[in-house]
This record gives sequence, C-alpha cells and structure tokens, in this order.
Amino acid sequence: MPARYDRNIATEIINRFGAKPEMLVQILHAFVERYSFIAEDAIRQIADELNLSRAEVHGVVSFYHDFRTKPAGKRVIKICQAEACQAMGSRKLTAHAEKKTGVALGGTDEDGELTLEAVYCLGNCACSPAVMDGDRVYGRVDAKGFDRILARGRRQ
Amino acid sequence: MSTTTIFVPRETSAISLGADEVADKIDAWIRKSGSKISLVRNGSWGMCWLEPMVEVQTAKGRIAYGPVSPDDIESLIESDFVSGGKHALRLGPTKDIDWLARQQRWTFSRCGLTDPLSIDDYRSNGGFAGIEKAIAGGADAVLETVKASGLRGRGGAGFPTGIKWQTVASAKGDQKYIACNADEGDSGTFSDRMLMEGDPLTLIEGMAIAGFAVGASKGYVYLRSEYPLARKVFSQALSLAREHGLLGKDILGSGFDFDIDLHIGGGSYVCGEETAMLESLEGKAGVIRFKPPLPAIEGLFGKPTVVNNVITLASVPEIVASGGGAYAEYGPGRSKGTLAFQLAGNIKRGGLVELAFGATLRQLIDDFGGGTASGRPVRAVQVGGPLGAYFPESLLDTPLDYEKFSALGGMVGHGGIVVFDDTVDMGAQARFAMEFCAIESCGKCTPCRIGSVRGVEVIDRILGNENREANLALLSELCDTMVDGSLCAMGGLTPYPVRSALKYFPEDFESTAGDRR
Repeated sequence: MPARYDRNIATEIINRFGAKPEMLVQILHAFVERYSFIAEDAIRQIADELNLSRAEVHGVVSFYHDFRTKPAGKRVIKICQAEACQAMGSRKLTAHAEKKTGVALGGTDEDGELTLEAVYCLGNCACSPAVMDGDRVYGRVDAKGFDRILARGRRQ
Repeated sequence: MSTTTIFVPRETSAISLGADEVADKIDAWIRKSGSKISLVRNGSWGMCWLEPMVEVQTAKGRIAYGPVSPDDIESLIESDFVSGGKHALRLGPTKDIDWLARQQRWTFSRCGLTDPLSIDDYRSNGGFAGIEKAIAGGADAVLETVKASGLRGRGGAGFPTGIKWQTVASAKGDQKYIACNADEGDSGTFSDRMLMEGDPLTLIEGMAIAGFAVGASKGYVYLRSEYPLARKVFSQALSLAREHGLLGKDILGSGFDFDIDLHIGGGSYVCGEETAMLESLEGKAGVIRFKPPLPAIEGLFGKPTVVNNVITLASVPEIVASGGGAYAEYGPGRSKGTLAFQLAGNIKRGGLVELAFGATLRQLIDDFGGGTASGRPVRAVQVGGPLGAYFPESLLDTPLDYEKFSALGGMVGHGGIVVFDDTVDMGAQARFAMEFCAIESCGKCTPCRIGSVRGVEVIDRILGNENREANLALLSELCDTMVDGSLCAMGGLTPYPVRSALKYFPEDFESTAGDRR
C-alpha cells in the first residue's frame, strides 16, 4: 500500500542496506515497494545519505524499468509482450485489456486504481500468454481470462 | 510408512494455472477429514502442460493426476486418489510418464521429486555429495573435474566453465567472487526459475563448490524482479543452507567460508549481459563494460569474479559427485552434457525437457511438444531468446549443438525454443526484434542505441512498400554495422532474428504481404 513520504522511514530503509552505494538498486526497490514510485524527495535524500550526487541516483532510477517516478495505480497489471506470448496472441490480448480497462499500456487510470504495464517475459512461456497481477502470475490468459482477473481484484 | 504424502507444486507455472487453489482445497479436506496425510509443495517436474499436477505417494510409488483444477478435487477424493484410485485425470506412476521417462535428467534430477526446502529430502536424494567430495579432494581436483566434464556456460555464450574457473583461481586477488546470473530475460526460457523454485539448494551447493575451487568467500545471485516466487523460495533456501552448514563459516568442517547475497534486478534485459550485471550488482545503472579486462580478472568491485548462469552452477554438484567423465559421456562433439530445453510459445505440450545435446528441434517440438497448441502447422521457431534466429520448418532437423547452430547463423543460447504457427507475421517479428533492442539497449554504444531505432524505421518503410529495394539494402548494411560494431550481444545479435526472418520468410516482406496481414 503506497504511503506518504516520511524522511525517517526513508532513512530506516537506507540503513537497512547499510547505507552503502552498492546497494542502491536494492534500496530503490524497497522505496518502490513502500511508495510505489521514486519521488524527487527520495532521490535527494538517497543521494545525501549514500554520499552520491543527485545525478548519479537519477541516472540509476531512470535506467531501470522497475523504478517509476510517478505513483502507480493501486493495482498494477502487467501483460507479457515477449515472443512466446506473442505466439499465443498477446498482441490481441493487450488490445482487449486496453479496451476493457480504458487504460493504455504504460498508463494509469484517472482514479489511480489501475496501472497497465508491458513486461518482457515472466518465465511462464509454456503457458502463454502470461499476465501478472501484483505478484500473482496467470497463464494461458485469453480475453475472458483477463476479465476474470480484473473482476477478482474488484471483489477484494 | 505411516503417513500418506500428497504433492502439489509450488512453482510459478503451476500456480499460474491454479495450483495454490488446488493445494488449498486438498489442505481443507485433509483438515476436515482428520486423516494423517501430509501435503508437500514440491517443485515442478517441468511438465507445464499437465499442471497443476498432483501426485500421491502410494505403496506402488508416486501416482500422478493432472491437469487438476480445483473443481476436480471432489471427484478425486471420491475416487480415492490417495490410494492411487482410478480417475479420468490419472496419469499413472510419475516416473513412467513417457514425456519424463525419455529425458536425461542431470541438473534437474531432484526438481519435482523433492520438497525444495527440506534438507533431509535434499541429502537423501544425492544432495551434499558434490561439496563433500570437493572438500575431500581439494580445489585443484574440482577444477580438473569441471574441465574434464566439458561443461560450457548455459547462459547462452557457451564458454568452457573449467577454463573460466581456472582463470579466476589463478588470478591474484585478496577477494574473489562468484556471481550467479539469474537474470533470465530471454522469452521462452524458464529453467533458472524452475530450478530456483524447485531445487534451490543445488544452486547454493554449486556456488559453494565454485567458491571453494577458485578461492572465493562471497557469492551473489542476481535474480530478475519478474520472478517473485523464485525470490521467496531462494531466500528461504539461503536461510536453510546457513542453518545446516552449507553456507557460512567453516563449511562442513572444511575451514572454508562462503556466503551468498541475493540481489534483485531492476527489470532491465541487458543486465543479463555479464558486465552489465556486475555494474548493477555494484548499485549502478546496468551499462555494459568494455572487455577486456575479463570479469575473471577484474570483475565485481574490480576483483576476480566467476560469472556463471544458474544452470551452469547447478550442474556442478552432480558433475563433482559423479566425475567429469560421466557428464562428458552425454552429447556430441564439443557440446557435452545435457541442456534443459524449454518448449514454449505455441506448443501443445510445453515445458522443460532435459536432454543430452544432439537431439533435433523436430524431436523436441513433435515428440515432446506434440506440435502447436493451435493445431496449425509450425511455421517458425525461435531458438535462444530474442537475439536468436528464426528457423523455418525445413531446418527443424538441425541437431541442438552449439557448433551446428552457429554454422546456421543461430544459437542454442539458454535453450529456449519458441514455436509459432502459420498465422505468424514475420515482418512484425523482425520489427519487434529491433524494437526490443531499442527499448532495452543500455545506450553505451551507437550501433545498438541508434541502430535499433533506425532498424524499426527501416523495417516500417519496407513493410509500408516505401522505396523497397533501397531500404532492404540499407537494412542489410545496418545489420552489418550492428553485428560488427556493437560492444555486446544486445546490439551484436539483434540482427540475427531480423536477418533470418528476411532470409527464410521473404514473402512476409514482399509488396503483397500487406494484403495478407
């Protein structure tokens, strides 16, 4: 659950990794887990506490797909766009998902409820196409299957 | 035997098809009935097409049922499946399932069989034999064994493992490292994940043996973030290994210290390239390094480092236990041993097939895979991930062998085989190869960074019938530039799928192709 940015908690996270620069990628993951994205405040504070420049931290944040700089929706659904899933209709599935949710791949809906993302391989290639909802992976997802995944989350 | 054991895989593909719900239902029934049955969440045997596959340990061995949906549990109970009773989903003894019986399981011998997080299971099925023999025989003997086995890097590059280890062992350095590459980004591959979820202790043992052999006290596993379950299982396995002396100080009383840290990647494909991975392990952007110096001389934090893929390292304990010669008996020429092939994409019976090198693509796709899932003819097969060539049906008799594939402009890579039926648009696939490179390029070298973007544009023009001949010539030149001028395999191999698509499926790039699309 995304939380409000808190400097003390941020320090706590950084210290959990020994405040070591070589742990930067792991620290950023911990920030995304807590806040869903890397805020400008976070970049500033991480740079200070790891004794790096803001440019260095920004460079790492912007390099990796996992480190968003804008809040994600409460729910992040990823649809695999790689070859094995393409062979089983992921392009069609993606078009269906975009139409069904009204969210374009890579975007978040206006209410901040749902983010739809591309992912390049979930390692579920014998059961394509694959979709990930949070940490849960689904296999052989067709249009109906996608609708069921979507509905499942709404009930919770 | 006093209690019955039921097995339901705790493995991503099985779970993606409902294994958790199946396990929950069985668990609820066990509790309600008060029977003395234990439920084990094993790894997967790799038969994804039969998942969720439920097994029962009976007096006559393990009996399998599958694919089981939560709705089947009631009728399974009525059929007394706990005693191996008759049921429409009954597959018979697991070990006799043809798909499994025809394999040559070396690295995956325990995967599916055991509880991945049981040290007792691990030990009683051959675990620890490798490290114990390594310690007893000494580091030099391990190096000789690995060299004699002919084991080559299973990440894709196929570099001889023994030579790499010897280089690190001979390099001067106060600190050396073992860096395990678990950034399994190739589409169509999942063997690293299956091993880390199904038999993680093997990887830990393999890394410890590598550390012992080269004199490294510290290991890192770089695991992709797209594998949350592998992360969970492997973390648990690390704790277990520390508790039981497979990691930590004075391993098994040898005086050798070794421990492993698990790092999670940032969702970047290029971090599967070894030097980009090292940069990422150092907390930086995954921008590749110039080579030389080789990581074996100056690797992680500038220290001599063994960089090996999960499957390479996980193959080692059994090689050390059984001897290099036993492994080298498998496979032709310089492609020794076995590879865990992964049948993926449009395939009827997909999953992991461990076989000696030398089997043909057709054997895998037809005999194991049963053809396409759609029932339509196979048209193209991409082997070795997104940087691997597309093969037409006419080349399916090619034996899976590093040299044979390379002679055809392809690569075995990490063993991923992605099947496409006759509805595939190879123009779109060629375009995607360039697009993927543009998305994932680290940006360090121009041929890859700019070449991929231009590649998409040129292919778009060809497919749009714009100045065709000139643009085809331009694409060919661009491919040459990328192959010859890129710093690593990302830009250097992206032209392979593009060129193979053009060579074997030219009709998809012809001026009339648009009408068919």
